[in-house]
Amino acid sequence: MSGFLGLLPLLLRGLETTVLIAIGGCLLASACAFAAGLGRHSNDLVVRSFSVVYVEVFRGTSALVQMYWFYFALPLILGVKLNAVFVGILVLGLNIGAYGAEVVRSAVEAVPKGQYRAATALGLSPRQTTRHVILPQALLLMLPPFGNLMIELIKSTALVSTITVTDLLRAGMFLRDDMPQWTSAIFTLLLVLYFALSRLITPIVKWLERRLSHGFVRGGLP
Amino acid sequence: MAGASALARLCERGLAVNGQHAIWNNQFAMRVFWQDILPGLAVTLQAVFWGMLIALTLGLIWAVCRRSRRRLVAWPATGIVEFVRGTPLLVQLYFLFYVLPSLGLSMSPMLTGILALGLHYSCYTAEVYRAGINAVPRGQWLAAQSLNFTKWQIYRHVVLPQAIPPIIPALGNYLIAMFKDAPMLSLITVLDILGRAKIVGNETFRYVEPLTLVGVVFLVLSLCSGCGVNWLQKRLKVEIV
Repeated sequence: MSGFLGLLPLLLRGLETTVLIAIGGCLLASACAFAAGLGRHSNDLVVRSFSVVYVEVFRGTSALVQMYWFYFALPLILGVKLNAVFVGILVLGLNIGAYGAEVVRSAVEAVPKGQYRAATALGLSPRQTTRHVILPQALLLMLPPFGNLMIELIKSTALVSTITVTDLLRAGMFLRDDMPQWTSAIFTLLLVLYFALSRLITPIVKWLERRLSHGFVRGGLP
Repeated sequence: MAGASALARLCERGLAVNGQHAIWNNQFAMRVFWQDILPGLAVTLQAVFWGMLIALTLGLIWAVCRRSRRRLVAWPATGIVEFVRGTPLLVQLYFLFYVLPSLGLSMSPMLTGILALGLHYSCYTAEVYRAGINAVPRGQWLAAQSLNFTKWQIYRHVVLPQAIPPIIPALGNYLIAMFKDAPMLSLITVLDILGRAKIVGNETFRYVEPLTLVGVVFLVLSLCSGCGVNWLQKRLKVEIV
C-alpha cells in the first residue's frame, strides 16, 4: 500500500494540469461564447455569418476529432509545431464556447423587448444598451446553463490525455503501467477525483448567482 | 515575420494541388474516403445504434427506479446516475476496458465501447424520461389506480404512452451527442472512423486529409440529424395541440 501512496504525487501533478487546462478553457470559452453569442445579433453581415459558421462547425463536429485535427493536421498546414497544452486549452475553449454562444444568444433574446425600447427612448447607444441594460439581466439567466457547460468542460479535459498532455487521466495511466496490480484502485480513484472536481462547480455557480442577483427586483418595480 | 513566412509557405503549398507536397491531395483524399472513412463510419454508426438501444432501455429503468417509494431502489439509482453524469466518458471507457477483464469479464473492445456509451448516456436519458413522466398529470395516475391497475400496467398503458412522445426530440439530441462522443472508441483500439483516419495518418504522415474528412462527415451528419430533430419537434408539437 505504501508503494501505491508513494505514487500519489504524480497523480496530484496531473490534477494540477487538469485544473490549469479547465481554468484556461473556461476563460477562452467565456470569451468565445460572448463574442459569438452577441455577434449573432450584430448589424454587420460578416460578423453575423462568422458567428453562425463558428457555432455550427464546433458544435457539429466531435471534440476529440477537433483535438486531433488541431494537434496533428494543423501543424502540417501551418508548418509550425504547436504546444499540446496550448492546443488542449484552445480546442476545449472553442468547443465549449460554441455551446456557450447558444446560451448567450438565448439569454439575450429572453430579455423583454420593452427593455430595448426603454433604452432607445433614453437615448442610449446600442453599445450602452447591451452593456448597461441587457447584459446585467441576461447574465443571471446564463449562469445555470453556464454552470452545466463548465461541468462538461471539466469532463472534456480528459480528452487532452490523447494528445500527450500529462493530465489527471494520463498520470493515472502511467501509474497503471507501473503497478498493474492496482488497476481497479487507480481507475476508481480517478473517477472519484473527476467527480469531486465537477461537483465543485455547483456551489460556485450558486455563489455567483447570489452575487449577481443583488439588488435585482424580479418582475420590475411596482 | 515568422507569421509572414508561414503564410507565404501556406499559399505556395496550398496552390500545388495534387502534388506530393500539397497540403491537400485530392486523389489521396478520395482514396482514404472510400477505403477507410466510410467503412470506419459504418463501425461508428453500429456502435451508436447499439449504444443508444442500451441507453434508452437502461435510462427508463433508472428513471422508474428513482421514482420508487422504496429507498433501497431509489437511492442506488440516484447515486449511479449522479456519479456517471459527473465523470468523463473517457475515464469510464478506460475503467471498463482495463478493470472488467481483471474481474474475469473479458469482452471485445467494440462491446466494451458500446456498453460504456450505453451506460453513460442512459444517465442522461434517465433525466429526460424523468421530466417526461413528471409532466404526466397527476389525475392520470389516480385514475389508473382507481381502475385497479398494477404498477406495471399504469406505466405500460397509461403513463409511458403519454410521457414518451413529447420527449422524443430531447432523446434525439442525446443520440446526436452520443454520435459525437463515439470516436472515443478509437482510444480502446476499436477501428472506427477516427481510429482508421489516425492509422492512415500514422502510416503516410498525411493527417490533413483523413482528419478533415472525418470532421466534414461529422459536420454533415450532425447538421442533417439536427434538422431531423427540429422537424420532429415541430411535428410532435402540432400533434399534441
